[in-house]
Amino acid sequence: MEPFSIHSGIVVPIDRANIDTDAIVPKQFLKKVERTGFGKHLFHDWRYLNDDENKANPDFILNNPAYQGATILLARDNFGCGSSREHAPWALADFGFKVIIAPSFADIFYNNCSRNGLLLVRLSTKDVDELFPFASKGDGAKITADLPRQKIIAPHGKEYPFTIDSFVKECLVKGLDAIGWTEQFTKKIDSFEKKLKQEKPWI
Amino acid sequence: MGKTLYEKIWNDHLIHADESQASIIYVDRHLMHEVTSPQAFEALRVKGRKVRCTSKTFAVMDHNVPTRAKDLSFADAISRKQMETLATNCHDFGIKLFDFMHPDQGVIHIIGPELGITLPGMVIVCGDSHTATHGAFGSLAFGIGTSEVEHVLATQTLQQKKSKTMLLKIDGNLSKGVTAKDIILYVIGKIGTDGATGYVIEYAGSAITALSMEGRMTICNMSIEAGARAGMIAPDEKTFHYLKGRDFSPKVQDWDKAVAYWKTLQSDSDAKFDKVLSMDASKIRPQVTWGTSPEQVVAVDESVPDPKDFVEPVKQEAARKALTYMGLTPGTPMTSIKADIVFIGSCTNGRIEDFRAAAEIIKGKKVAKHVQSLAVCGSGRVKRQAEKEGLDKIFKEAGFEWREAGCSMCLAMNEDRAAAGARCISTSNRNFEGRQGKDSRSHLVSPQMAAIAAIEGHIADIREYI
Repeated sequence: MEPFSIHSGIVVPIDRANIDTDAIVPKQFLKKVERTGFGKHLFHDWRYLNDDENKANPDFILNNPAYQGATILLARDNFGCGSSREHAPWALADFGFKVIIAPSFADIFYNNCSRNGLLLVRLSTKDVDELFPFASKGDGAKITADLPRQKIIAPHGKEYPFTIDSFVKECLVKGLDAIGWTEQFTKKIDSFEKKLKQEKPWI
Repeated sequence: MGKTLYEKIWNDHLIHADESQASIIYVDRHLMHEVTSPQAFEALRVKGRKVRCTSKTFAVMDHNVPTRAKDLSFADAISRKQMETLATNCHDFGIKLFDFMHPDQGVIHIIGPELGITLPGMVIVCGDSHTATHGAFGSLAFGIGTSEVEHVLATQTLQQKKSKTMLLKIDGNLSKGVTAKDIILYVIGKIGTDGATGYVIEYAGSAITALSMEGRMTICNMSIEAGARAGMIAPDEKTFHYLKGRDFSPKVQDWDKAVAYWKTLQSDSDAKFDKVLSMDASKIRPQVTWGTSPEQVVAVDESVPDPKDFVEPVKQEAARKALTYMGLTPGTPMTSIKADIVFIGSCTNGRIEDFRAAAEIIKGKKVAKHVQSLAVCGSGRVKRQAEKEGLDKIFKEAGFEWREAGCSMCLAMNEDRAAAGARCISTSNRNFEGRQGKDSRSHLVSPQMAAIAAIEGHIADIREYI
């Protein structure tokens, strides 16, 4: 996983609550056995007018020329709800997103993003409301996500502090391999299993 | 101070405790299917890692399988490749697989309990959000992503932050025609799809303990639709009775010891929950969703709401978008909404009790001419049991298609899809845009409500027919 520190980029707003992972990447694209190439299917049903994905829907914001190259997504409550499919963060990351800002995220989606180097920032509804007008102008406004300082910096310089779990932060900043980290506890796992076998042999 | 059921299971599985950072917990059962596992196995290969506990890992083909017949030629090439990949991975890494042709194949959350793979007090994970189902047995069960699947395969553990605890107490008697599905839809309607984000819900109260194991599974299954990490119900005699003698349940020599342990899996009377909610079961009417989120739900005798009725602007906007997508206008009585398709099945309502209940409604009647109706059993065992009881004949005579086990139209990954604009009255768990087929429209209901909608050709109030 690539380490994450500070990122500045164009912010694109999707003004809608409860965006589910079915909308982020529909089921017909979950049949692949690879981890790559999901970016072109991101928001398929909203982004394209046809199944072959060669007719862009001009009304969908990701197709608006003003937002080309956007790397930060601004959304509403409960982003990423529903299915546990990690294909959703794979699609977002493959498309080029680095940061998603919303008042709340679904639990499994949050974990999945952290495992893929995507920074999810929870800001209050009031703060998100303040950022929406900047993002909606379509003038290529950039905002900055500073993970070490835990701040979002709006185009006019206003800083929005955010909280993040210290372990998630450490994993992102260091680009940590989660399995490698757990393997330092292998001896503890061994002795746990030994005890389990004696105390609960049916497991 | 006493401990909650969740805390007891959590403590019993702690390998490394670090409340400020991430703890490591042990995983007793890892369930897998073909969709969310291939990339995890691939990563193991690349890094030269092995599966730590093959005996605690079980795989099944369910999401992609055809249900028309036990014939893989009904599956498209890319679905077949995904199933073949699972077979190869299970073979190479030594994992028990219930493949497409296995007589006990079925939806992972149906076969886990019916084979006794799911047991009280366990930590159970699966790359699928509806893993919460297994919490009905007093286990801590939740969905994980593919990176975490890889982590469990390699280490038999997970990095986890302890969740907050919520006690949801539902007391009172259910009215006639009201089921476990109606309880959980009602709960989601009350607390919202993110009402339990960050929490593990323990369901308790007389209305919950009165439910069968099947009903309890329906409740826990949809905990994720309220945003919860997991849902759980303390095990009792009903739980032990259900599990006794099942394929992977504790053998005779261990049974008494296991039950003695399971009996300790109750929240202590002085346990403190982070949140406590109470609801009155007698107030719950049969539920039906009108929108594109499970929280957009009303009682069947109500009408499609007006977006203006919602206080928060975000909910108003969500309601407007949902009504446009669903092709509905405010004020329309729910019972006047026409059905094009009826789907009975899924990990929410694909168990024997669900088919018995639906069969009772349709017996001797005919499905409305314009309605396509599917009965898709949750597993090979459910199907065999139903056929033993003659339920298949009732469904077929009424005009239902009687299908092989699989996830089917719950997520429409196989060829069972609702057409654009088609309205599907469904016993599944999600009414998201495009969930059951691109531009299709879903209304979530109980099996009884789905059955009566098939007969009447529109959403109907089951209470008027029983």
